[in-house]
Amino acid sequence: MTQIVATTPGLFPLPDWAKDELSDLKGHQKTDLISGDEGGEIVDAYDRAREEVISLQQDAGLDRVVEGQLRWDDMLAHPLAVHDSVETRGIVRYYDNNNFYREPVVQDDLTADGDVAAELDAAAELVDDGLQAVLPGPYSLADLATDDYYGDEAAFLDAIAEFLAGEVEQFPDVETLFLLEPSLVENDPDDGTDERASEAIDAVANATDADVVTHTYWGPIEEKTYAHLMDADVDAIGFDLVSDHDSNVYNVQEYGTKDDVALGVVDGQNTLVESPETIRDRIDWFEQQTNTVYDTVYATANTELFYLPVNKFADKLESLANAADLEEVEA
Amino acid sequence: MTGPREQFRPEDHPNDHFLLTTVVGSYPKPKWHDRAREMFEDEDADFGEDEWEESKDDASRLITHEHERCGLDVICDGEMRRNEMVEYFAHRIDGYEFNGRVKVWGHNYFDKPSVADEVEYGEQWLVEEFEFTDEVAERPVKVPITGPYTLANWSFNEVYDSEEQLAYELADLVNEEIEALVEAGARYIQIDEPALATTPDDHAIVGECLERIVDEIPDDVRLGLHVCYGDYSRIYPEILDYPVHEYDLELANGNYEQLDVFKEHEFTKDFAMGVLDAHTAEVESVESIKDNIKKGLEVVPPEQLTVSPDCGVKLLPREIARGKMENMVQAAREVEQELDAGEIDVVASGAEASADD
Repeated sequence: MTQIVATTPGLFPLPDWAKDELSDLKGHQKTDLISGDEGGEIVDAYDRAREEVISLQQDAGLDRVVEGQLRWDDMLAHPLAVHDSVETRGIVRYYDNNNFYREPVVQDDLTADGDVAAELDAAAELVDDGLQAVLPGPYSLADLATDDYYGDEAAFLDAIAEFLAGEVEQFPDVETLFLLEPSLVENDPDDGTDERASEAIDAVANATDADVVTHTYWGPIEEKTYAHLMDADVDAIGFDLVSDHDSNVYNVQEYGTKDDVALGVVDGQNTLVESPETIRDRIDWFEQQTNTVYDTVYATANTELFYLPVNKFADKLESLANAADLEEVEA
Repeated sequence: MTGPREQFRPEDHPNDHFLLTTVVGSYPKPKWHDRAREMFEDEDADFGEDEWEESKDDASRLITHEHERCGLDVICDGEMRRNEMVEYFAHRIDGYEFNGRVKVWGHNYFDKPSVADEVEYGEQWLVEEFEFTDEVAERPVKVPITGPYTLANWSFNEVYDSEEQLAYELADLVNEEIEALVEAGARYIQIDEPALATTPDDHAIVGECLERIVDEIPDDVRLGLHVCYGDYSRIYPEILDYPVHEYDLELANGNYEQLDVFKEHEFTKDFAMGVLDAHTAEVESVESIKDNIKKGLEVVPPEQLTVSPDCGVKLLPREIARGKMENMVQAAREVEQELDAGEIDVVASGAEASADD
């Protein structure tokens, strides 16, 4: 019987009080964004905000609880943006969204610095079970950054993968690791790079005993890229059914998928709140179309959730959790 | 044909050449004006509608004059009555609702509205703002207005089947507003479509929106389009076909890395080039701004060059914003003198063919 696991890809909106408080403490210019060595009141504000979003997930009844990545001013580029070997330059557009991050330019050796691990340590204090880590996938992180040090694309991707793997090794025990790989869709890798991207994901996934989900969004992955991705030793691949359900199903029909699957069934970028029944229908539809009974279906928002106002964000967490419960009742 | 530009040359302009200097729109609000808004929004404060209106008038007058003192050729009131470029309009359009703030970057947020019902023209948007500014200003006034594509793209769409459909509905409302502005005397309108940079594949949708917007707008009204923070190679040269006279583009923030994009195909309209970074809180020197302006002359001849900041400057400290404007104007005037003296080689192609009308 399929187990439905209600979760999210993380990167939550800051609670409104924290938007105000941190905006006052940090400022509004590009030099005011998170540095990685912040202290005092800023750390304290983030601690309180983290506690709040963890409670929110627990109260909603999600099966996996993320740290929330509230400090990630630069979204998925965060782990590099705060790194000592990285200089941040102008603000650049975040994919095709109305969001911006600082362009991280890698200028020296990338070694794990424990920034994300420290966040998870703090979260682990508050979460007894079901803690989920979130990281950018290596291909997306390399895609969001500029290399001024390693010299060629392949070496850079390897270095990023090694950096992320090193970070993962410092994590506390987590149940699941979501590697977010929107760039696999948004900037389809060329021949050769597609295989290297898969190997890079493999390298990060092998650094942990947790279940690893490589989650993709904003459309389907190109067939060839998907075929290579299937070679990576991950437990599940995630598909964005909100942006394009047919093409994603086609990939699975043609190339199969892992025993587990993650399905983006809630729109992380629209305030229209899906009912638990709608979510459940979308999962059922996918299972029927692919004619497979999965061991685990991760029911998730398709994208990060910081795009939403907090009221709708909270409603969506609740819908996801209720959709999973709905299944249990019917089972 | 680059449109009705000459009407904006000041009578006492000191040089033969004229590089039109202007702003993109927003400007830092005086602290007392922010405080007034807080008090107006605080139910416990003894600060009502009349006091808030007075604060908006005072701020508008102040910033209009501040722009004039900086020497800008075409000014606006720094959008003192507006809180944000989508929110402001969504509050006036029936069909929108608000749920709370969302992140743009860092700790900059906006109250991204949701289209929860069919959109309809509600109260006036900018006519009163224009009439007030035009009344207090000595210089010509430009009206920046958020374009329908951006209004659609930066809203949550809970109702229409596609964003495209929503954009066209909104384009008809923008057309209605621009007709009213023109009726009130506006002669320079800038349509802000920053969302185009996020979804460049939609340039045809923006084109169709603009066709709807310019419907029955007289020829002597100068129309500009502002786009910022994106990959211009994905929309240029296609955007040259749009029914506007000028393109206002952000380039200083990216250190002009994208300038070559505009050299590959003759720039047949006016080029309003960002010469100031709107997101660094330090005043660029006159010399460095002059260097930037000269980069614009690599793309178009002086008759087609407009000098402006990258984007609205509302997030800067006010004294920094003012310093930037002053230096920008001085830099433009010095470049004009150098052009008059024949000290600058204008390398842009098509200088004669596309001279101003």
